[in-house]
Amino acid sequence: MSSAFSAINTIQPLHRTIDNPSVSPFLGSTHKLRSFPACNRAPSASWIRRRFSIVAVSDVVKQQKTKSGSSLSNLLITKEEGLELYEDMVLGRSFEDMCAQMYYRGKMFGFVHLYNGQEAVSTGFIKLLTKEDCIVSTYRDHVHALSKGVPARQVMSELFGKTTGCCRGQGGSMHMFSEEYNVLGGFAFIGEGIPVSTGAAFTSKYRREVLKEANSDQVTLAFFGDGTCNNGQFFECLNMAALWKLPIVFVVENNLWAIGMSHLRATSDPEIWKKGPAFGMPGVHIDGMDVLKVREVAKEAVERARRGEGPTLIECETYRFRGHSLADPDELRDPAEKAHYATRDPIAALKKYMIENKLVNEAELKAIDKKIDEVVEDAVEFADASPHPVRSQLLENVFADPKGFGIGPDGRYRCEDPKFTEGTAHV
Amino acid sequence: MTVVFLGIGATAALTSANSFDSKKLHISSRRLVSETKSTFFVVRSDGRLNSGSNRRAQILITNAVATKADSSPATKPGHELLLFEALREGLEEEMERDARVCVMGEDVGHYGGSYKVTKDLANKYGDLRVLDTPIAENSFTGMAIGAAMTGLRPIIEGMNMGFLLLAFNQISNNCGMLHYTSGGQFTIPVVIRGPGGVGRQLGAEHSQRLESYFQSIPGIQMVACSTPYNAKGLMKAAIRSENPVILFEHVLLYNLKERIPDEEYVLNLEEAEMVRPGEHITILTYSRMRYHVMQAAKTLVNKGYDPEVIDIRSLKPFDLHTIGNSVKKTHRVLIVEECMRTGGIGASLTAAINENFHDYLDAPVVCLSSQDVPTPYAGTLEEWTVVQPAQIVTAVEQLCH
Repeated sequence: MSSAFSAINTIQPLHRTIDNPSVSPFLGSTHKLRSFPACNRAPSASWIRRRFSIVAVSDVVKQQKTKSGSSLSNLLITKEEGLELYEDMVLGRSFEDMCAQMYYRGKMFGFVHLYNGQEAVSTGFIKLLTKEDCIVSTYRDHVHALSKGVPARQVMSELFGKTTGCCRGQGGSMHMFSEEYNVLGGFAFIGEGIPVSTGAAFTSKYRREVLKEANSDQVTLAFFGDGTCNNGQFFECLNMAALWKLPIVFVVENNLWAIGMSHLRATSDPEIWKKGPAFGMPGVHIDGMDVLKVREVAKEAVERARRGEGPTLIECETYRFRGHSLADPDELRDPAEKAHYATRDPIAALKKYMIENKLVNEAELKAIDKKIDEVVEDAVEFADASPHPVRSQLLENVFADPKGFGIGPDGRYRCEDPKFTEGTAHV
Repeated sequence: MTVVFLGIGATAALTSANSFDSKKLHISSRRLVSETKSTFFVVRSDGRLNSGSNRRAQILITNAVATKADSSPATKPGHELLLFEALREGLEEEMERDARVCVMGEDVGHYGGSYKVTKDLANKYGDLRVLDTPIAENSFTGMAIGAAMTGLRPIIEGMNMGFLLLAFNQISNNCGMLHYTSGGQFTIPVVIRGPGGVGRQLGAEHSQRLESYFQSIPGIQMVACSTPYNAKGLMKAAIRSENPVILFEHVLLYNLKERIPDEEYVLNLEEAEMVRPGEHITILTYSRMRYHVMQAAKTLVNKGYDPEVIDIRSLKPFDLHTIGNSVKKTHRVLIVEECMRTGGIGASLTAAINENFHDYLDAPVVCLSSQDVPTPYAGTLEEWTVVQPAQIVTAVEQLCH
């Protein structure tokens, strides 16, 4: 019953149904799903009446098909794009697997949250962005940083707490930042990054309208989970983004579980995409295990934001193959549910799609697998060989302007005290 | 009026400059402090200059509104304005100077600000630069932080400082920490400002002193303004600073009138202000309590005491140099603050003084703070929660015997 990449032949309908067994249902825990009348049929008159229509994946794909002529270009991706997507997803998967290994070997500590299974969302969205576009993530941010372009070496070093890490070892697993690649974090508290992403989108609009920088059209993507969608910051930012038509896309990675709390047990109306139109923006639900579907919808949403038409809320149904973090025993989730989603592994699905449609052959994909293995090995070696931060680093980045430490009893600014640079000064 | 750097003698070179580079000021101030130990110029809030070393029976401020300055011969006229106008002037000058400076807050735009600090700015700069936000403190504070990370310089106005309790998550986790957790990659040059403190029967929730809650957050600076002169100077300094700065204003001080210089000036965020030099006892204060202290000082002088009054201005970090020099001179310290007793600014200051200047103290540090009581509505009860001049006089008398 796996939902294979059936982009050409049968399109997965946007709204999942529970009374149509040939289509994958919206699975939650073992609890029964309440029936929501509105979702049992294709977009009906009542939806069309709303100001913002729900984008159906089927419509987008149909447009794609009618534009193209020959059979090969009926495909959603070219070979180069396919290889790029495959490589990115394999990088994410291998990297996270290596993280688990390194954690159990005592190379990294604390809370480490792995992204296995959700690669389609990260790759599907972030590979569409330019370097100047911004992303904001949560504590499950390694793969977002990697997809955006942060070198694997820097991410692994950061996880090892070495000074060559992207945040000099000061951030750690949950705080991946990169000024060069516009990764605005990495936040430990859920929902905390959403206002920050709204601010980045605000800057883009401000640059265009106040500073008159005509080509300022950077888009910001905010990634967060299903648990966050019950948090005040989520709603407040949906409001502000829609109000000011900010160039932002809100991406919900609905993996159905917030540690051990099933989304259905925590949410009065579990269909998160419906919350978009309540604030005046389109709300879309997509299959987050299918990178091509994610990419098609993401393209539309990012272009919409870039044109200045405002935000979009996209709910990606996805799943994490591992526990919430490496400390989570993951006992609550039904093994049948895990088995079901394992059959929908995004990497296997893309591989199958590309081979069936004769875009690539096995050897090319194996070559990529090998290349990624080497990249990840190299990242580990680099991180291992990198130095630990020295004591003088302790006080360096507390303030952008170190005068903020104040004036000491001797009349000098504390930051001029030689012990300050040694990291032993009393501040 | 000669523009002076408060607490330090001005050099001739500085007066000719139109805009002050705070770094330049700092360098000259350090040199002067080491050379001249007891002579300094003081600009008091009535605008007059005094040389600090030999005056005893000073004419002190008798009420909260400063008296008009009489025209001294060697000074330029300056212009008179109220404290909220001084804040607005500082804000406007900075917005004019740098197009990335913007304001976000509730009712800052069309309404002009609840305390008129942003009046007419939206007409001048547009709705995006002076942004009326919905009532979502946590989110718009976070939004300002995201905007600051990506290149803007926002000023967040809390309609009342107490409302920023809702933004505590963003202020603590993001504002203070992001520069560090990103390894120095992102700066957060925001200014968070708003009126706090006990007003006239505003009730418990509108009368909060948040400086005690925010002071532990690493990575932020806190300053409190008390006169139109330092309000404008601190506002400008805060906007220009690359660090996140929280500027505490006070609801009851917005209508203070003073004559301030026409020339542009920027004050130093980390320095304290010498209000009245003296010999017997050091009184450390900030914000509104400065006026209660000055009122008490009038009584004290008539009784023969000579208090040295310092407005600490920088609540985090403390200017231990100015404070230390004073303690070394007088050997007695009284802290008068509006903050709560427990864990307030006074508590931290007491600890800092004891740690650094214990040898110079002839008596324990006494700290007069507000009672640990939710501010009552009734006028009489409210009066008893904050420190009154009579209590200050009693405390000084006890300390000096």
